[in-house]
Amino acid sequence: MAETVNGIAFFLLAFATIGGAVMMLSTRNVVHAAFWLLETMLATAGLYLLLDAEFLALVQVLVLFTIMLTLRRREDAVRPFEPGWGGMVLAALFGAAMLLAIQRGQLPAARMPEAVPTTVDFGRMLFTEWAVPFEIASLVLLVALVGAVWWSGGDRR
Amino acid sequence: MTIGAPAGAAQFMALSAVLFSLGLYGALSRKNAVMVLMSLELMANAVNLNLVALSRFVDPGAMTGQFFAVFSMVVSAAEIGLGLALVLAIYRQKKTVELEAMEELKG
Repeated sequence: MAETVNGIAFFLLAFATIGGAVMMLSTRNVVHAAFWLLETMLATAGLYLLLDAEFLALVQVLVLFTIMLTLRRREDAVRPFEPGWGGMVLAALFGAAMLLAIQRGQLPAARMPEAVPTTVDFGRMLFTEWAVPFEIASLVLLVALVGAVWWSGGDRR
Repeated sequence: MTIGAPAGAAQFMALSAVLFSLGLYGALSRKNAVMVLMSLELMANAVNLNLVALSRFVDPGAMTGQFFAVFSMVVSAAEIGLGLALVLAIYRQKKTVELEAMEELKG
């Protein structure tokens, strides 16, 4: 007995994700764009839930709060729309190539294997098999934190 | 894809290809440094979705894709933090976040 991903839920979440991304790029206000990015990431968290990745969904929501913390009002927030035709053509070509490759590739069917590990298994494997990458990741975060504080700290210079 | 049919790996990959293209467009065309950073975040999001989806459909027991996605989230969190700090520092010096104003190293 294999499981499947609910098609209607997937369709709604995919619509929310792509719609949020399009709105993020089309709005002229940077703060509004940030809120559309939040909506996109929330919908992605829903997609993670569909894929039985509960831990990742929760981490995604946490990241979302972090971005929300960095938001604030700016005077130059409203800007004219920048079409950027060259970038649009390049991105469209890239997307078309990717979609063609996906359509022609041999991908696993919609039925997925049933054996779903829980968050408990996830934590256990993270601290045993993946312990070294985990430590390196915490080092990266530490260095990034120090660097961010260093660059953005105070007006004393 | 008919609406309501079970979604497979191909649907997830198509969705993330579209998201990545939108992020690529934003990163290439915006002139505001904050918008470029947010577009980069969109692209990272698409990649993570791809990793998790393929891991779920191919070998859910190993969860490799989920671990990769977690580490990629760590890296993109570091990138966003550093990027915003840099934008703040540049804003303090130049009073602007326009990418066109940052041309001191231009040859």
